[in-house]
Amino acid sequence: MAMELWKGNEAIAEAAVRAGCRFFFGYPITPQNEIPEYMSMRLPQVGGCFLQSESELAAINMVYGAAGAGARVMTSSSSPGISLKQEGITYMVGAQLPAVIINVSRGGPGLGSIQPAQSDYFQSTRGGGNGDYRTVVLAPNTIQEAVDHTQMAFDIADKYRNPVFVLADGMIGQMMEPIEWKEYKPAYTAEKEWATTGHKGKRPHNIVNSLFIDAAGCHQHNLELDKKYKAMEENEKRWQEVGTEDAEVLFVAYGTPSRIALSAAEILKAEGIKAGLFRPITLWPYPMMELREAIMRPSVKAVVCIEMSMGQMVEDVRYAALDKKPVSFCGKAGGVIPTQYEIAAAARAALGR
Amino acid sequence: MAIVYQKSKGLTDKEMHYCPGCTHGIVHKLVAEVLEELNLLDDAIGVCPVGCSVFAYDYFSCDMQEASHGRAPAVATGIKRVHPNSPVFTYQGDGDLAAIGMAEIIHAANRGEKITTIFINNAIYGMTGGQMAPTTLIGQKATTAPLGRDKDLCGGPVHMCEMMSAIDGAVYVERVSVNNIPNLNKAKKAIKKAFELQMQNAGFAFIEVVSTCPTNWGKTPVESMKWLEENMLPVFPLGVYKDVEEVASK
Amino acid sequence: MAAKVTFAQDRCKGCELCAMVCPKNIVILDTSVTNRKGYHPAAVTDMALCIGCASCAKICPDSVITVERL
Repeated sequence: MAMELWKGNEAIAEAAVRAGCRFFFGYPITPQNEIPEYMSMRLPQVGGCFLQSESELAAINMVYGAAGAGARVMTSSSSPGISLKQEGITYMVGAQLPAVIINVSRGGPGLGSIQPAQSDYFQSTRGGGNGDYRTVVLAPNTIQEAVDHTQMAFDIADKYRNPVFVLADGMIGQMMEPIEWKEYKPAYTAEKEWATTGHKGKRPHNIVNSLFIDAAGCHQHNLELDKKYKAMEENEKRWQEVGTEDAEVLFVAYGTPSRIALSAAEILKAEGIKAGLFRPITLWPYPMMELREAIMRPSVKAVVCIEMSMGQMVEDVRYAALDKKPVSFCGKAGGVIPTQYEIAAAARAALGR
Repeated sequence: MAIVYQKSKGLTDKEMHYCPGCTHGIVHKLVAEVLEELNLLDDAIGVCPVGCSVFAYDYFSCDMQEASHGRAPAVATGIKRVHPNSPVFTYQGDGDLAAIGMAEIIHAANRGEKITTIFINNAIYGMTGGQMAPTTLIGQKATTAPLGRDKDLCGGPVHMCEMMSAIDGAVYVERVSVNNIPNLNKAKKAIKKAFELQMQNAGFAFIEVVSTCPTNWGKTPVESMKWLEENMLPVFPLGVYKDVEEVASK
Repeated sequence: MAAKVTFAQDRCKGCELCAMVCPKNIVILDTSVTNRKGYHPAAVTDMALCIGCASCAKICPDSVITVERL
């Protein structure tokens, strides 16, 4: 099949439509506006519904209603908007509702900036809203992956009845790249028997709910949710390794910085320094043991974590390294993207050269 | 002998948790009876709020969703867009609808969402223990207004029907009460009309029910009905605030 | 007897709204009984006077009243 040139945000939206998403509720925020804009044009063409809500709060609660009513539904936003959506996301986890949430993240805190950033790592991987919970977080570093991840996210969401995040930094949302449209085949197709569709007098009434007022009942509910998180950890971990077999310096990065790290590796190669990349593709579940294995390889003398933040994932990298190998951090926050030269310099410094 | 009145099939057998004499139980019945009489129970999907009626999903026999505080109209919007031919309703209290959920109710009405909202106004937060509501009367005491609501400090009671009637997408707005049998009959008629309009795809319908909270008002249920008549009805006059059908026929 | 009113007394919360609306004033709280919830449940003093208007049943928040008529 021929390659087509697509902008990240629009490709994500089209990927969702091709994965059977027929409902989208959202609110404008830069740098993700092309997603709702595309959906407003595209969903009516396929008999779906796009609605621009009055707020992110309303949008995520519309998603809750539609997901509870059995629909394949998506919303998108960027960092401050995702903060507002946390209320609905934790309720969806509690009520066990599947949906896909795209975060085309930008600089923070507060209103921050509109340029690409990765400062929502903690928020994305540690739950984000109130209560004990997790969501699968997919972090694409190409437009092709953004497409594939978006489609995969719907299946993962349905399989576990849990919201799934695609965390695409603003660079992935705004950049154009050639992609290939592969035929989408749903990986999970079970009937949504729990959905509120009207009982038609044929079954007891269905209730979509996250309230378990009795403490023991709420504990039991958490145990059941925990089983799902364990299954996700078992089945959904994804990562990529490039040149890690004999690397002296191991870069750990996801999303946009993972691509720049490879450019830095080329610079270092010319200087006779072997650099490899470990790229978590799912930020939760995190490929912790796999990263530890890569770090512990005898060739690795230093680990450099690169992020577009002040250092969030680096805490997981340090945990993986168990204080056995030095971990240093190279990052820029607020929308500034680290360059390959800065990363190469960080690698030299880490190696003491 | 023929049965002239029995519990509606629109309600489950679950015993309600409401305090003695709480009007929530009465309004639940009216909604359930209307759904049964209009033959809508098979398809209906209700959305409950956060507040005293948070457990309403256990009481209505149709499919139900429990929304976060104030967001029931947004949740109902999502449901209705997926099932445009199904009757969808929200059941919300004054804190839920007129405080934290003001944006959601105004915008659902403005979009003309084909849903029905039942709004319970008892001028107090019940579930959390008697705090001041957006509809608390001037001078009325609450646990967060120990000297009575002070207009200079926090404004006056919110008049939802008056506000909703100014919104284009709302086709029917009525304020009713269940303080006596004639008013209760009128309330049921209003709720029925709201669902009928929804099934005709006419637009958004809003029924406010002036209600009591004997426990947090510190009164018996019968005293509460009297207090409602003497204090709430002058501030929240009953009647039809908007009826697009009537406007059209004039 | 033209009408009959039955109370599911174990579910009654003794709120007295039924007594408040009865046009014949024949609904009372039966103080000789305490139900499992701890309330004196509602009862009819003289069923012969009942006209089967169902006012008591309509206002009952807990739907404990069934009304039958000849």
